[in-house]
Amino acid sequence: MSEELIFHFDVDGEDFTSAGQASVQVKKNLRRLGISPEIIRRVSIAMYEGEINMVIHAGGGVADVKVLEDRIEIVLTDHGPGIKDIDMAMQEGYSTATDNIRTLGFGAGMGLPNMKRYSDTMKIDSTLGVGTTIVMTVNIQ
Amino acid sequence: MTVGNLIDSCGFEPLNVASPDREISGAYSGDLLSWVMGRASEDNAWITIMSNINVIAVATLVDVSCVIFAEGVTPDEETRKVAKEKSVNLIVSPFNAYETAVKISGYINE
Repeated sequence: MSEELIFHFDVDGEDFTSAGQASVQVKKNLRRLGISPEIIRRVSIAMYEGEINMVIHAGGGVADVKVLEDRIEIVLTDHGPGIKDIDMAMQEGYSTATDNIRTLGFGAGMGLPNMKRYSDTMKIDSTLGVGTTIVMTVNIQ
Repeated sequence: MTVGNLIDSCGFEPLNVASPDREISGAYSGDLLSWVMGRASEDNAWITIMSNINVIAVATLVDVSCVIFAEGVTPDEETRKVAKEKSVNLIVSPFNAYETAVKISGYINE
């Protein structure tokens, strides 16, 4: 039986400028494991979007990246306000981010669509006032 | 065309050039970071006027060959420091994004 490898990260909700540290670290770790560059690119971009979302909307959260035999699983958990309308949030261009966030180049309404684009499966579990958990998988070919 | 050759050919200013021999394949212009992450390709030269620290994370994750700041935009000290740590090539173009794209189009293969 192969061993399961998990990377755990706390995503700081206060420090917007450090967002991306977890995904850049994941990129490094996966490269060391010999995962193909295209898979690494998809995992790290999907994760970065998730990280940014947690910083913008939820005051931070946690990210767990599991490397399994046939896939990489990314679990993002926050205790933010939850997503009011997931169908709307999944539409390209829809965003509830503030102008302040937009001046940084975010809030284009492409976060969740990019996460879906770069993952093979994505499941969103969100409860208003409780938080959001997103599970994404990227298959390893 | 390498990053080093592009700087010499176009008269751009090298701001942080960690790997001048890196090959450039195609280019992408955009300032909304998620659009760049969704649309830009590996090894692209990325033209932008956005210069905050998140640009470095995006450049690293997309794995672009270089970031070209248009309009003479120059990132702050902290951003340059992180670019140096992460070996991200940063170039400054005095021209606007359109003019920069036109200028490099003769040198870059898609």
